Amino acid sequence: MSKNVMAAYEKLRAEAERVLTERSEASKIRIQVGSATCENASGAGEVHEEFRKLIEASGRKDIVLRRTGCTGRCSCEPIVGVIAPGRIPVKYEKVTREKVHDIFTLHVLGGAPVTKMMLDNGLHAVPEMELHLCAGERCGRDQSRRFDALLPEKLAAAGVDASKVRIVSAGCFGLCRSEQSGKVTHMLVRPDNVLYRLADEKDLQEVIEQHLKGGRPVDRLRLKEHTVSKRFFDMYGDVAFFNRQSRIALRNSGIVDPEDLYEYMQYKGFSPLARVLEKNDPQWVIDTVTRSKLRGRGGAGYPTGQKWALAARAAEKTRYIICNADEGDPGAFMDRSMLEGDPFGVVEGMIIGGFAIGAQRGFFYIRAEYPMAIRRIQNAIEQCRKHGLLGQNIFGSGFNFDLEIRLGAGAFVCGEETALIHSIEGRRGEPRIRPPYPTESGLWGKPTVINNVETLVNIPAVIYYGPEWFARLGSERSGGTKVFALAGKVLHTGLVEVPIGTTLRQIVFGIGGGVPGGKRLKAIQTGGPAGGCIPEKLLDTPVDFDTLSRVGAIMGSGGMIIMDEDDCMVDIAKFFLSFSQDESCGKCTPCREGTKRMLEILERITSGQGVPEDLTNLERLAQLIRKASLCGLGRNAPNPILSTLTHYRDEYVAHVTEKRCPAKKCAALVRYEINAEKCVGCSACARNCPVACISGEVRKPYRIDAARCVKCGRCFQVCKFGAVNRS
Amino acid sequence: MSHCACHNTDNREQVEAASRAALSEDILRAIEEARRDPEPGGRLISILHKVQGHFGYLGKEQMDAVAQLLQVPAAEVTGVATFYHFFRLKPGGRYVINICLGTACYVKGGAEVAEKFKEELGIDFGETSKDGMFTLECARCVGTCGLAPVIMINENVHAKVKPDEVPALLARYRDKARQEQA
Ligand SMILES: Cc1cc2nc3c(=O)[nH]c(=O)nc-3n(C[C@H](O)[C@H](O)[C@H](O)COP(=O)(O)O)c2cc1C
Ligand code: SF4
Ligand code: SF4
Ligand code: SF4
Ligand code: FES
Ligand code: FES
Repeated sequence: MSKNVMAAYEKLRAEAERVLTERSEASKIRIQVGSATCENASGAGEVHEEFRKLIEASGRKDIVLRRTGCTGRCSCEPIVGVIAPGRIPVKYEKVTREKVHDIFTLHVLGGAPVTKMMLDNGLHAVPEMELHLCAGERCGRDQSRRFDALLPEKLAAAGVDASKVRIVSAGCFGLCRSEQSGKVTHMLVRPDNVLYRLADEKDLQEVIEQHLKGGRPVDRLRLKEHTVSKRFFDMYGDVAFFNRQSRIALRNSGIVDPEDLYEYMQYKGFSPLARVLEKNDPQWVIDTVTRSKLRGRGGAGYPTGQKWALAARAAEKTRYIICNADEGDPGAFMDRSMLEGDPFGVVEGMIIGGFAIGAQRGFFYIRAEYPMAIRRIQNAIEQCRKHGLLGQNIFGSGFNFDLEIRLGAGAFVCGEETALIHSIEGRRGEPRIRPPYPTESGLWGKPTVINNVETLVNIPAVIYYGPEWFARLGSERSGGTKVFALAGKVLHTGLVEVPIGTTLRQIVFGIGGGVPGGKRLKAIQTGGPAGGCIPEKLLDTPVDFDTLSRVGAIMGSGGMIIMDEDDCMVDIAKFFLSFSQDESCGKCTPCREGTKRMLEILERITSGQGVPEDLTNLERLAQLIRKASLCGLGRNAPNPILSTLTHYRDEYVAHVTEKRCPAKKCAALVRYEINAEKCVGCSACARNCPVACISGEVRKPYRIDAARCVKCGRCFQVCKFGAVNRS
Repeated sequence: MSHCACHNTDNREQVEAASRAALSEDILRAIEEARRDPEPGGRLISILHKVQGHFGYLGKEQMDAVAQLLQVPAAEVTGVATFYHFFRLKPGGRYVINICLGTACYVKGGAEVAEKFKEELGIDFGETSKDGMFTLECARCVGTCGLAPVIMINENVHAKVKPDEVPALLARYRDKARQEQA
């Protein structure tokens, strides 16, 4: 049987190769435009169309237009890549229809990259060659630093024109192995895309002489294996935002055409599945996943291998696997990006999971707010069916499995697993008491495994690169990486994937670039409505399931919202609580009534009616709701209040006792006045006031009628002379 | 079933015909497919999505028709329709404006954008403008938080929206509607 599987896989792989060779893209100039919800919102659709027209008009057959998902670099979208044979790929940021013309005529046709439009503006000229030294924690970091320092001199000595070479110290390539820890340095040479493992200076010297100078790669030192993030580095390695990350879950996002099965296969897609089916041993899959220390990425962090083992052990043979693509945390978007950018990766994870637990059917539960993700998954499922990767007798292995999509309908609580099951069954999405856990009695009463999108997309990588490799990437108790969705008051908003155990400082400042506008960081909010706010003084906390809960937040699904001095923590606590209160399904009293009472207290405090007992009442109610609620929504709803009460108590006190909002956010506690000395009488404020409570004569100081002011802040924003005081 | 004593009063066929008439072709196809599923009820929400996609909302007549054809109690269909925020039980405007008030958008000023829309249209969340052009709704994150504040008009996502851009945005959609009508 096993021979069948490999033969079937090889046949498909050969077909993919043939089709891709026929397209012969590698020898052409490729223009790559992102196609995802975020890219399109930034105007990628127009950009794509404009390039299409220009290529057509040029009549050139050696220029192709490609589509990829997003790379998770939101603040610079739309991003366009120009990849010419034998050259380092060039990426452009914030491309508009006007910029398309420059890029096309100057670069694509003229061969001269338009440096001022390049992503992150980090380069002044595109070098002919680039050397990337791994600066990861695990492999030879010290040696890597030494090489970094030595290289210019060595290059000069060998007669290589140093001005044409750029040396980059990049993050972990994900190649590290325990036996080599501290002993080797990994170096990537672009654009040749050759990756070396160097033991010492002698090796480095050999590469310089033979490859960099002589143009012949050193076979002895060259890594033959296909490495997970090499292709990502090859495309984006020169961009600081990216090269400090380790892209495992996002390995294909922004690289492959998400609608093309053949392209996915080019990057070893479905080879892990073939391996699994060839072995034909579900227990081996479960053991492998267990040894990888992969923990669920949906929030609770339950070990994935253990969860699978529970379902596989059930007496009932009809079983299901569900992909939780409800992504409810308002502020998280990594699941959407993966569904849109690497749908085949998620599907492959599902098939492998289905095999491991002995399921016959699998379901994607996708929120209706993600139409493009739904289309891409639908397309991936159809293509897989067409090529025998879903349906009867997959790859000739005798394994039968199929996938279907079910849509959410805008209820946050449906991300909770028992509610989600009810929703797939076509009922109201109300949670039920656990146990029994879904692995025992889930969908239609059958054993069911529910996994998050990111959990599943990691599975093929775990199988392909091995569990030890994956486990080593993370921390002691938790393997691999985590994708964070960085948003709010941070310079570079976007997706950041780092090894578990990386510090918050590295994420927010090292990669995110810190808070813009010279403002002070006030809080990092993780875990959404179930999470908490982490203050600046805890920036060196490593991100892991246990460490984050110790500081009163949670890992959650990876939403990370940065807040600055203009954000009021009492207001934020109120924001989250009103979210939970709104989304409470109402089934149990502590959650339904408790959150309402807490919200009333917070509303009193922010409107200046607070009394000192309110704070203790909040704490008492919070503990009660935590203990007595039926599901995770209610149990975690008090977290944002408790964490802000712990870390920002002085702000609560200012609201309650001084009737003052330090961030000047709570309207009822803010007053607007015009400073007669600064006012030049331009009348801008009066014209913009929605309730016309500002009066005066042109060129004389204006006045605000405080009794009628609704505190909208418009006057404060429009006054160009700083004459409106807010206190 | 000719031996059935009540066959003269069995109006199943008429009810089915009436139900079919209340729905569109693609919805009927989806229902046919669902009936072949081992668990037809599991398709209910997908079918309601299709109904809303076609009619713009879930009318009583359509919900009853779905209940009949799918053979689930009408109360269950209503129960589901009222539980999920996404379903609208009365007709909406030509354009549904969803203003994201998720965390990222809130922190980046989404509430001010919402205020401006309310002011410009003279309506609150859940309401439709008098000309039937716009319905205002609030959303919980549309998944493009990196571009906050974000709004969604039908399926189009607009990024980094500033309050003073709102009038122009509305005008653009009004123009679009006029062109489509012409
Ligand atoms: C109120 C609530 C909302 C949730 N929302 C999601 C969600 O949107 N996506 C998700 O993957 N998990 C969500 N979860 C967690 C799931 O219940 C479940 O633990 C998870 O999907 C399991 O997958 P994992 O083990 O791969 O993490 C939510 C839990 C609760 C209590
Ligand atoms: S805790 Fe809240 S959301 Fe969960 S079951 Fe109870 S009322 Fe519903
Ligand atoms: S805050 Fe608003 S309502 Fe008050 S004076 Fe200024 S513009 Fe007018
Ligand atoms: S906008 Fe400023 S300067 Fe102009 S009238 Fe108002 S307060 Fe005075
Ligand atoms: S630390 Fe160098 S490859 Fe991981
Ligand atoms: S919070 Fe608005 S798009 Fe996510």
